[in-house]
Amino acid sequence: MKFLRRSLIRLSNLVTSRTADQRLQDEIAEHLAFQTEENLRAGMSPAEARRQATLKLGAAQAIREGHHAEHSIPFIENLFFDLRYAVRMLLKSPGFSFIAIATMALGIGATTAIYSVIDATLLHPLPYPNPSELVRVQDDLPGVGAQNVGISVPEWRDLESAGIFQSVSVSGTGADVNLTGSAQPERLSYKHATPNYFTVLGVDAQLGRTFDPNDATPGFNLEAVISDGLWRREFGADPHIVGKALRLDNDVYHVVGVMPRGFRDLGSTSEERNTEVWLGAGMAGLPFPPPRRGLRLQSRAVARLKPGLSIAAAQEHLDALVESLKKQYPEEYPSQAAWTVRLTPLSESVVGSVRQSLILLFGAVGLVLLISCVNVANLLLARASVRGRELAVRQAMGAQRTRLIRQLLTESLLLFLLGGIAGCAILFFTRKFLLQLVPESLPHMSDISINWGVLVFALAVSVAAGTIFGLAPAWLMSGVDLIGTLRQEGRGSVGSHRRSRARQILVISELALSLVLMVAAGLLLRSFWDLFKVQPGFNPDRVMAIQTWLPGPNDPSQDIYRTATQESVLLREVLRRSRILPGVEEAAIGDVDALPLGHSNPSPLPLIREGIETMDNQAPVIDSPIVSPEYFHLLGMPLLKGRLFSNQDLEDTPQVAVINQAAARTYWPNQDPLGKRVRLHLDARELLNSAKPAWTTIVGVIADARTESLANVATPQIYRSIYQHPAKSLAIFLRGQLDPSTILEQERSQVQAVDPELPVFRAEALGDVLSSSLSVRRFSMEMVAFFAATALLLAGLGIYGTISYVVNEQRREIAVRLALGAQRGNILKMVLRRGLGLAAAGAGLGVVGALIVSHLMAGLLYGVSSTDLPTFAGVTLALATVALAASYIPALRAMRLDPITTLHSE
Amino acid sequence: MKEKPDVLQGTLALMVLKTLDVLGPQHGWGIARRIEQISGDLLAVNQGTLYPLLLRLEHEDSIASEWGASENNRRARFYRLTAAGRKQLQAETREWEQTAAIIARFFKLKAEDLT
Repeated sequence: MKFLRRSLIRLSNLVTSRTADQRLQDEIAEHLAFQTEENLRAGMSPAEARRQATLKLGAAQAIREGHHAEHSIPFIENLFFDLRYAVRMLLKSPGFSFIAIATMALGIGATTAIYSVIDATLLHPLPYPNPSELVRVQDDLPGVGAQNVGISVPEWRDLESAGIFQSVSVSGTGADVNLTGSAQPERLSYKHATPNYFTVLGVDAQLGRTFDPNDATPGFNLEAVISDGLWRREFGADPHIVGKALRLDNDVYHVVGVMPRGFRDLGSTSEERNTEVWLGAGMAGLPFPPPRRGLRLQSRAVARLKPGLSIAAAQEHLDALVESLKKQYPEEYPSQAAWTVRLTPLSESVVGSVRQSLILLFGAVGLVLLISCVNVANLLLARASVRGRELAVRQAMGAQRTRLIRQLLTESLLLFLLGGIAGCAILFFTRKFLLQLVPESLPHMSDISINWGVLVFALAVSVAAGTIFGLAPAWLMSGVDLIGTLRQEGRGSVGSHRRSRARQILVISELALSLVLMVAAGLLLRSFWDLFKVQPGFNPDRVMAIQTWLPGPNDPSQDIYRTATQESVLLREVLRRSRILPGVEEAAIGDVDALPLGHSNPSPLPLIREGIETMDNQAPVIDSPIVSPEYFHLLGMPLLKGRLFSNQDLEDTPQVAVINQAAARTYWPNQDPLGKRVRLHLDARELLNSAKPAWTTIVGVIADARTESLANVATPQIYRSIYQHPAKSLAIFLRGQLDPSTILEQERSQVQAVDPELPVFRAEALGDVLSSSLSVRRFSMEMVAFFAATALLLAGLGIYGTISYVVNEQRREIAVRLALGAQRGNILKMVLRRGLGLAAAGAGLGVVGALIVSHLMAGLLYGVSSTDLPTFAGVTLALATVALAASYIPALRAMRLDPITTLHSE
Repeated sequence: MKEKPDVLQGTLALMVLKTLDVLGPQHGWGIARRIEQISGDLLAVNQGTLYPLLLRLEHEDSIASEWGASENNRRARFYRLTAAGRKQLQAETREWEQTAAIIARFFKLKAEDLT
């Protein structure tokens, strides 16, 4: 209470502070007068009486200070004083201040930029309430090497009633659907989901409602929820949209709600995140397969855990449930398949693939920040020699060391804070440009922006850096050797020795850090280059792919492209018309899975080999693109043995398939795969026309191609003919001298001449697809390379400053040597040796650090080992060259010293 | 700015309060002299250190001050004890007496032990 009162009074005194001092002056004068009278009475002479009175009172100034300290808050007062002084000092040496602030602006700005990306991707991956409760449920069959095989409806119901989850929703993996009835048939990304989908995510509609979670319609309930974007684009933000009909693939749905702006569907691909229509379905009626335990849906299961339940605890409960289900249904879950259900945090599925790249980037930018800080610390130390005298004078006047440190710390904090503010300001004004650098394919669902969290981060970084890197110089500067400094600018004094050692340590660490960065950049560059140069196994030159989509109504009997025979009429006509387009030399058709590197989620099918027959849900799964016979030639995939498809392989002739080498190696090791027979579990639509798929014979083997990802040498593939298996999502491949700007229009008019209801969209050059598949890699490589270049530049500046300083310190020594007849060349060598010594120490440390870092980033490398000698050697050489070049200028200066003037001037 | 040891600070405050309690309102010099007289040479503090202390006590609301005329018709600032100050003095006096008693017993005990 008392303390509070005193503090309050002091606070108010901060503002009104003159009168108290005046009062004290009066009182002291009074006091002296009394005491002098007393002394006079005791018989002293007037002058003596006065002197004794003053002596008895003590130092008036000290009393005033004590009185003042009692009266106000010295800490804040001093802070203001220090700040004023710091600003004055900054303005006094604008060059120094500018360099320091610019260096910090660079470091903090770059770090904040990367942090804002990380903030949007890794820290806030899911823009839903309580995101930590959301999990992905995956069924694996490790016994047969199958992962993520999908979930069947009875299993879903078991999970729902298990008491582990608030609710579990099952949804499709996202697909395309035709929106007809508008001027141009449009293709949309849609997703069918169980009606509790939005309840699980915890997001409600901005207009109308989402699905009723208790809706038990077995098939599609014909309700549609649309995205804000679609509502604005297609319906002009019509406020009466709810209840309107929506024609999708010739089925009529009714809009029940519009999702809020900024709501994104979850998923790891941009297609999936661009979902614009959600359709409610019970997953158990047509067109879905009958709800049997053995029939797994190709689907995603997302669940919300009961509040307060950790993922590990939920997994334990789930394992127990799985065990009891296995006992209950032994036929459905044979022990060799070893069915398990795995929970992973939903955020993982969004960012799992890029986490390593982003952490690497953050580490890289952190090193740049460190180097910037070290550089500024170096600058501060360099100033110590200039300000030694000032500090010595202040110490002689009785300033305490802590007081000096506090003032120097205030100065460095001000520098760092100004740097941070400048960095954020630059970032703010260049954000539009910078956002263009971030690749589209970087998964993030929250928008990358400079929000409060990011600003707080920048502020915290500035303050932390300022404190850490301001303390060391302040400590060293405040410990000056008084007498020596005052007598002669600290030449050869202990303080300066300690300072120059500190500077050397700083520079060595700077060099080491930049070497680490350069090695990381070098390794990434080599990986990228190798990937870039890799033979993909297919020839993307002059090939364009254009997509179309055949409507698939929910009632198969309404489907005019239901069978391969029906569909092949359309396809042959489309191919015929495509070939007569200007510039087209070859044309082929495949389904989306046949798009090299272009399809985001291949849906592998269980592969059942003759003689090793298992149930569908226990077979290994394999990618199975569906293509027209011309496909292999068009993409330049060579046939190794057997034959390719011909135009005579039709629906009523024996089913044939072509596999790649990887499939041959994996499934028929040391055998001839030709003539071997397999069965693929077919998609739901085909299940309706044939109860049991016929055996498919393997007739050919083609060379492996990197159609899944460039870094992935070979994924087993089994190709089937489009004339035997109807496909809905199609890609038309064209090779020739094509004009990318007009080809889409031309192809569209040809396709729609055959069927005006078909949308034709997204013309891509395969070369672009190829390079965009590398975009996240390219982004992280370019960024790390940029950071490494920055680091090298800063380190070069650092070493230049240090060597200059050393030369400056040794002026006299050099002059004496020259006066005694030393060769100028030797002087040059002597100085250069200093620089090289620093570089060698830095490189040694750096190589150790780089080995650790490169080992950690091994997962991001391709085709280059993490201890790649050429990279390490080249980078070390580059660093040594920069160090030498930076030392050369001060060395020249040392060489050209005029001994006479130097010795005289001191 | 040299800090005085806390004990001395504390005792000095106590002396100030006691002086004002016994003598009624006093100006700064009066208090300083009184303390000097009572403690003799044992407490050779600069008189000036008294002033920051007076200010503190005033902030703590233990004493109050106003300008007035001194005995030889000078304008001087007079300090007087407030009610709160009196309470504080009583409490601290009790504490001191307790402490002194404990220390005394402790020393006595020591002496007996040694014999």
